[in-house]
Amino acid sequence: MNLTLILFIVLAVVAVAAAIGLLVSRNTVYAALFLVLNYASVAVFYLLLGAPFIALVQVTVYAGAIMVLFLFVIMLLGAEKLPKAKVLPWQRPVAIGLAALLLVEAGFLLFKRLTTISTPLANPDASVNTTGSLQTLGMALFNQYLLPFEVTSILLLVAMVGAIVLTKKEKGEQG
Amino acid sequence: MVDTIPLSWYLAISAALFTMGALGVLIRRNPLIIFMSIELMLNSANLAFVAFARSFNVLTGQIFVFFVMTVAAAEVAVGLALIVIIFRNKHSIDVDLMNSLKG
Repeated sequence: MNLTLILFIVLAVVAVAAAIGLLVSRNTVYAALFLVLNYASVAVFYLLLGAPFIALVQVTVYAGAIMVLFLFVIMLLGAEKLPKAKVLPWQRPVAIGLAALLLVEAGFLLFKRLTTISTPLANPDASVNTTGSLQTLGMALFNQYLLPFEVTSILLLVAMVGAIVLTKKEKGEQG
Repeated sequence: MVDTIPLSWYLAISAALFTMGALGVLIRRNPLIIFMSIELMLNSANLAFVAFARSFNVLTGQIFVFFVMTVAAAEVAVGLALIVIIFRNKHSIDVDLMNSLKG
């Protein structure tokens, strides 16, 4: 068995197990840590796929910034454990059934197109290869995709202002 | 390094992670975990993007992932702010309590 295959299988198991852990954990902090584990394993998938820049952005932005924000809010809200209140009794089985349906559907599509997508990934061109990848990515981002890039910065600014305005206490408001 | 892993395997992982995310949105009642499940779904879509980018030897998929990550960051900032003010008004974050538009 080749090394990449072993790595892939281990990573797949870790990623799916972390996702299941996120679903079943009662404690919100544990759920957040499971999500970090999932992000880390997906980052290694990106490395396997020859996308080192995306992998690093995944670790810094997702596992770093976004999860710190999540943990911060969890701590702020006191890691509240929701009481087991009256749930809709049919909600869980129906949800699991629908999710299984979604999975079967995706699997069906995969197997139907198996001939076109089951060919092993070819070694990428020199232009898209890992060593030149960052440079090519930067050239594409700042030439072809310059306008979306700038719009993204405005989007981030709007989100920042929005978050501040939403959480700001109004004048004279209690606590 | 000769890569022997077919594209369909990556797509299968992506589909599995997306299903977990959708299931999390449906069965959990803690808005923070619902939020994390949405992030999980975005993440699985990103994985599919990068796998396709590798398969078709184009960089556009990776650039798209970059934009998706930015949008996810903006979404998390605003969404968590909303959760914080809901907690401030209702002193609980149970989604079952959020059934009225008036605070």
